[in-house]
Amino acid sequence: MLDEPRNTQEQIYDSGIAKGAERLTPEKIQRVIQEMLAGEAGARLKTYVETCVHCGLCSEACHFYLSNDKDPRFSPAGKVKQTIAEMVRRKGVVSVDFMKKASEIASTECNLCKRCAMYCPFGIDVAFLMLFVRRICHKLGITPQYIQDTAHSHSATYNQMWVKDDEWIDSLQWQEDEAREEMPNLRIPLEKEGADFMYSVIGPEPKFRAQLIYQAAVIFNTAGLNWTMPATPGWDNSDMCMYTGDNDMMARIKKAHFETAMRLRVKKIVMGECGHAFRSIYDMGNRALGWRMPPVPTVHAIEFFYELLSTGKITVLRKYDKPVTIHDPCNVIRGRGLHEMLRYVAHAICEEVIEMHPNREHNFCCSAGGGVINCGPPWKMKRVNGNKVKAQQLFEAKSKGAVTCIAPCHNCHGGLEDIIHVNEIGMDLKFLGDIIYQVMEKPEQA
Amino acid sequence: MHAVYSFLTGPLAWVAFGIFFGGIAYRLVSRALLARKRDTAVFEYWSFYHALRSILHWICPFASVNSRRRPVLSVVTFVFHVALLAAPLFLFAHITLINEAFGVHWWFMPDGLADVLTLAVLGACIFFFVRRKVRPEVAYLTTAGDYAILALVAAPFLSGFWAYHQLPGHAAATLLHIFSGEVLLVIIPFTKLSHMFFFPFTRGYMGSEFGAVRFARDW
Amino acid sequence: MNDSSNWDWNPGKRLIAPIGAWAATYGWVEEPVMSADGEQVAAVVKSDEAAFAACVNGEIWEASFDRVWNLRFTADGRLTGLVNDGGMWTVAVDGQAWESTFEYAWDPRLPANGGPIACAAKNGSEYFAVLDGQPWETTFSNLSQLATSLDGKHSAAVVQTVDFSEGDIFKFQEGCYSVAVNGQVWKRNFMNAWDPIFAPKGDRLATTVRLTLLETTIAVDGEPWPGTYSAAWEAHFHPAGERVTAPVKTPKGWQLAEDGRILWERAYAQLWHQLYSPDARRLAAVVAPRFGRWTMAVDDQPWKTTFGDYVSDPVFSPDGKRLAAIACQDGRRTVVVDGTPWAESFDMVWPPVFSPDGRHVAARVKQDDRWRIVVDGRPLPEAYTTAWDPVFSPDGKYLLVRAVEGSGAEAVCQRLVRPLNDIRG
Repeated sequence: MLDEPRNTQEQIYDSGIAKGAERLTPEKIQRVIQEMLAGEAGARLKTYVETCVHCGLCSEACHFYLSNDKDPRFSPAGKVKQTIAEMVRRKGVVSVDFMKKASEIASTECNLCKRCAMYCPFGIDVAFLMLFVRRICHKLGITPQYIQDTAHSHSATYNQMWVKDDEWIDSLQWQEDEAREEMPNLRIPLEKEGADFMYSVIGPEPKFRAQLIYQAAVIFNTAGLNWTMPATPGWDNSDMCMYTGDNDMMARIKKAHFETAMRLRVKKIVMGECGHAFRSIYDMGNRALGWRMPPVPTVHAIEFFYELLSTGKITVLRKYDKPVTIHDPCNVIRGRGLHEMLRYVAHAICEEVIEMHPNREHNFCCSAGGGVINCGPPWKMKRVNGNKVKAQQLFEAKSKGAVTCIAPCHNCHGGLEDIIHVNEIGMDLKFLGDIIYQVMEKPEQA
Repeated sequence: MHAVYSFLTGPLAWVAFGIFFGGIAYRLVSRALLARKRDTAVFEYWSFYHALRSILHWICPFASVNSRRRPVLSVVTFVFHVALLAAPLFLFAHITLINEAFGVHWWFMPDGLADVLTLAVLGACIFFFVRRKVRPEVAYLTTAGDYAILALVAAPFLSGFWAYHQLPGHAAATLLHIFSGEVLLVIIPFTKLSHMFFFPFTRGYMGSEFGAVRFARDW
Repeated sequence: MNDSSNWDWNPGKRLIAPIGAWAATYGWVEEPVMSADGEQVAAVVKSDEAAFAACVNGEIWEASFDRVWNLRFTADGRLTGLVNDGGMWTVAVDGQAWESTFEYAWDPRLPANGGPIACAAKNGSEYFAVLDGQPWETTFSNLSQLATSLDGKHSAAVVQTVDFSEGDIFKFQEGCYSVAVNGQVWKRNFMNAWDPIFAPKGDRLATTVRLTLLETTIAVDGEPWPGTYSAAWEAHFHPAGERVTAPVKTPKGWQLAEDGRILWERAYAQLWHQLYSPDARRLAAVVAPRFGRWTMAVDDQPWKTTFGDYVSDPVFSPDGKRLAAIACQDGRRTVVVDGTPWAESFDMVWPPVFSPDGRHVAARVKQDDRWRIVVDGRPLPEAYTTAWDPVFSPDGKYLLVRAVEGSGAEAVCQRLVRPLNDIRG
């Protein structure tokens, strides 16, 4: 039954999985799974698999399940059943086709959002189990192509987007020049040892969203902050290796990031509006290196903006006048409890905030997180159709008047953008920084 | 007949309880040692306050969002677990046996209440059985083993009820009651029924991660 | 190291420049840098409306540029900076830009003594390294992780040797990167190469290489060790230049390997930044004996004291008998010497500095946004707006403090030579 083609989804071709699988044999699969079960699987994996009583209570936590007509194969426990539970039960004796599907399930049908851990009475961490499956797939070389390419970029450049060392510095200097047109004394201080904080961003910012660096620079300069950005690799806080199961590479790129901050002798790292990077820095990457907590305290943009606004370091000239709704990014809400600070900031900068429900820790993921959007175009429609519940939420918010959706996370932006576009919802997407930049009081405004 | 009874209540009972307690101890200790080796996070991030906070929210009906979303299941599950533990522990007949053997005894419940609890357990088993059959998301997950465990849980209660009420064949039912109870004790440590003693750890760990690291609720 | 015996070691305070006054002259003054001997202080200033230059002890460079950044002094007191003029980049040394210019130049590497200055550069899509303005003869489609030998005469970098299009994961996995030493690329390609490091004499080079997604090892002069590991950190040469050590991840944990064999039997939750004592007799590394606890291990013996946040920047005393590092616990940093932390902790601590005889340890620290100098755990009374690392005199009798006193227009940069006896008394 497990090896039947899935009739709810068309077969999707991904060369990373397909060509990788051509090199597999059942013997190799068995050997790798057995090695993983004997060598890496610990008490959590065993206990989770053994403790699950098949009650199905996790199902309605999952947006993939809810959005695919409650097809039980998309429920969290259903995904476990089709992947790791079966590998454990069969002691690794599974077919190549089974592993191809396991890779697809773990990488494209689970955002690792951990919502189901809040719906399972036992607190079984299905995200943890899906990551274990991804790690097996990594060891077998059947990770989806696009995210594997991103993992390669991390390994070759220490950033997500193949940004070369010179392009990074050049982009910052370009943004500094641009911003000086508006604020003549503005600086993006590079390599300033002993600054109060290092501002870190993700690969796409210098590549596609350079205006975010511009806006951050204007905000920090207006607030008169003592900050810096590194001019070396280690600037990028993003981490797709965390999501491909390449734990050693996750460790390497986090080491580069933290050691960059330590070299600059900053008291903390302030990071841009990104969710998965926060998870990597605050939860998974630091642990992979043996740091119980981040060696340099890490502050997400939501918390930092909260500090700036609540202490009056930046003031709002005129609030954003279009009604907004808030999308809670899993990795900083369920991952760090920043939901009330997010609301404080949203209310401080916007005239009207219309809530989506469920929200806060119970939010629905954008369906882009957990590396799913990074699996690229082949999986786009499956991802968007796998989150009709979010489309529904957005429609409801719109019907109550919301014109703009605030999503303080890069992947959420990407995911919601596709959902809004495909479902023709007609809503603006903004980062907090976009709005703060727009509404804040700037010195000597020209 | 008497020899069988003596065997069931004598040596086999010792074996069953031995495996039950020994099995639980073995499973917990070996799992803890494995966690020490491979899952340092469980110890490193364990927070008794947050673990307990989470456990309480998941033990009390309607204290979690998911529990409130499914009121019938929440009530049935709660009653089932309370009855499952209370009926055998506070049954007059069980306490008498223990008193005769070891000279210790404790509070017992009226037999009428025990009957009600037994029927509650059996009713809940039927409810779970039907739920496994009719709810697609549960049916998809259900294995033959899940039905077998359900039957093994129901068996001592059904046979006990049969024997107590002197229904036809009650002598055999008595033996079956004791035997099925012992089988249940033996399988608890080694099947999905191990959730009985793993629950505080899985829930507590998630509660610790959510509460102490993530500053978020997990219920 | 630069010879400090001919520096001015006469006790007392000497004004180097009233840098607070520079703002009135130039309008734009960036954060200052100071030379090792404390005789020069420099900062990027605006020389006119749209041109920048460095101001050194109040004297501005004759040449000005569209942009100047990354101002730093070499150990022998040359002031270097990356400069852009008319869209072309190069390195300026004491105000003199190299004659050769590039579409972009970055990552300057300063030698430990009077050797050449290196940087990475590119023209179009051709990447290469440059030494004192002289580019490598060969170019590559990408170049990173520039490394130079101690004397600065040799340069190496990780280079891309095979072109592949984004998304071509299988081509990438065949190995498209290698290491170029003085522009000469190694024969063998790797999936990845990281952290190239020269032997002390500059004649050999080691680097961490990934052979496949799952196999990492160390390559020395292009030849990988026979064994592979799931991960390995940066390699390090023995001072004699023969042997190479590297932290490797084995099924037991992190262990220190030498020339492909396990050298330290103990397995750690983490192990990195190994260093030899100057006499090469002792080998130390930053280690986590268990998850979340950090300390130093010397010859595979960890200190008993461990710290929760991190341990970093280890340094041996010149005689190799003592070892100091920065230790951080509960967000507070201090210096730990031979396993004993200083009593006081601070917001920030810079790498500790030993006296030549190894008897004293000094460091600059930051507390409540004021810099101080701490000697053997005791903060000196003065608090500064900025300070640089303290320097001991060669005879160990004096301590040079380089700092900015006062703030705003009143800020003055000074060098202060203090007898060590005063400090301890």
